[in-house]
Amino acid sequence: MSINGKAYIVGAYEHPTRKAPDKSLAQLHAEVALGALADAGLGKDDVDGYFCAGDAPGMGPLSMVDYLNLRVRHVDSTDTGGSSYLIHVAHAAEAIALGKCRVALITLAGRPRSEGMATGTAPRAGNPGIPEIQFEYPYAPTVANMYAMCAMRHMHQFGTTSEQLAWIKVAASHHAQHNPHALLREVVTVADVLASPMIADPLHRLDCCVITDGGGALIVAHPEIAKSLNRPRVKILGVGEAVKGQFGGEVDLTFSGAAWSGPRAFAEAGVAPGDIQYASIYDSFTITVLMQIEDLGFCEKGMGGRFVADGNLISGVGKLPFNTDGGGLCNNHPANRGGMTKVIEAVRQLRGEAHPAVQVKNCALALAHGTGGSLGLRHGSATLIMERE
Amino acid sequence: MTMSTRRKIPAPEANPETSAYWAAAASGKLAIRECGHCSKLHHYPRALCPFCFKPATGWREVSGRGKIYAYSVMRRAETPYAIAYVTLAEGVTLLTNLIDCDFDHLRIGQEVKLVFQDSEGGPPVPMFTPA
Repeated sequence: MSINGKAYIVGAYEHPTRKAPDKSLAQLHAEVALGALADAGLGKDDVDGYFCAGDAPGMGPLSMVDYLNLRVRHVDSTDTGGSSYLIHVAHAAEAIALGKCRVALITLAGRPRSEGMATGTAPRAGNPGIPEIQFEYPYAPTVANMYAMCAMRHMHQFGTTSEQLAWIKVAASHHAQHNPHALLREVVTVADVLASPMIADPLHRLDCCVITDGGGALIVAHPEIAKSLNRPRVKILGVGEAVKGQFGGEVDLTFSGAAWSGPRAFAEAGVAPGDIQYASIYDSFTITVLMQIEDLGFCEKGMGGRFVADGNLISGVGKLPFNTDGGGLCNNHPANRGGMTKVIEAVRQLRGEAHPAVQVKNCALALAHGTGGSLGLRHGSATLIMERE
Repeated sequence: MTMSTRRKIPAPEANPETSAYWAAAASGKLAIRECGHCSKLHHYPRALCPFCFKPATGWREVSGRGKIYAYSVMRRAETPYAIAYVTLAEGVTLLTNLIDCDFDHLRIGQEVKLVFQDSEGGPPVPMFTPA
């Protein structure tokens, strides 16, 4: 059984805020839910499936279902960090295909900026019951230095350079200049990235994504409902998910879970990497993008540095337009979880609703990919392939 | 040259599955879990072998020699430090810190040896320094 063609994304909404000290976390969830329902032309009472990740306030989906006063018959609070929301789309499509729900609401919200969270540079203590904590926390792994080790290994093994990584940020900034909501709208150069302060060797400050408040929401619906709505239809063709860790001590930092989730999604969709016209690629750091581009098959393993250089990711310039909203590197990384906005910008591209300066002409086939957790420790990967109908 | 300075290490919290690992560390030894069925080493330690899934694992004291698989110096920290994956001579790779070293002269593939650093109120923690 396949989910190809069994469900559509009919609503998408990105909260315009990037700092929300005056709003509660639950309120942000509600505001993005309202935005996505309005975008779809549906009401709250149409929702019969609800999806959120483990960072939503309350136990799993319970508090948010109650706060929103939903009457649902299907819930899912799978949490794979920032990739959760792509997995939620996949699971929503599966649930819809099986008749478990017809209108699925997926919400994400967070306030790390208002709360002053040192997202990338402070080690996070975890519950001592987590099996790896005592073997990791004493060494102070942070988001930044664990992704940095992936970059260091990639440079050692494949000759990737800081200049090549910088091109990823440069491309994102070219897109962000057109997004009035983007946190960072200034176009930067390779030299700017290399001149920014070193955070964790070899990643500079401008290799790292932004920290923002806000959120987003998606509505996934049954084909009959999608066809009844007066909106461009975005059909889900294929999904893939994977979890990659340390393999019991046989650590390999040269690839990500995209090497598994990508082929699964492409097989279900019946398309190949060369068919993709637009790609939303998770960009917590520049190295994240580079590794995923290789693992998804847009270029050979080890050739990512050459692939991303010289503007190849800039819409209208390069072969693979990516993150045309400015991505997590420049636009938005709400709740430190970038998967939601990856799907939203892919939906905009397929509907022809991206900014005209970055809109891919006749964009009919798009991919969104997310990584959540830590690329250098353990992470969840999810790939989503969508088509304009 | 940027010589490292030692930072405070939070105490690891042992559990029944791992207390022998930290007891070994307290006596200056690095004990790695080895499977009596498939003979493979793994880390971090588990009661069931993560490869053959047999509950046949025991402890093996290792040489403490290894090579840097990957590292990163966290420059944006109050006390900069080097996190690393070190691959032991016996084959298994551990997350660790590189200490008592020049941050500007670390490299992947470099030979390192085991050292212990005291934690804050807990057992000493295995770390590595250039051999």
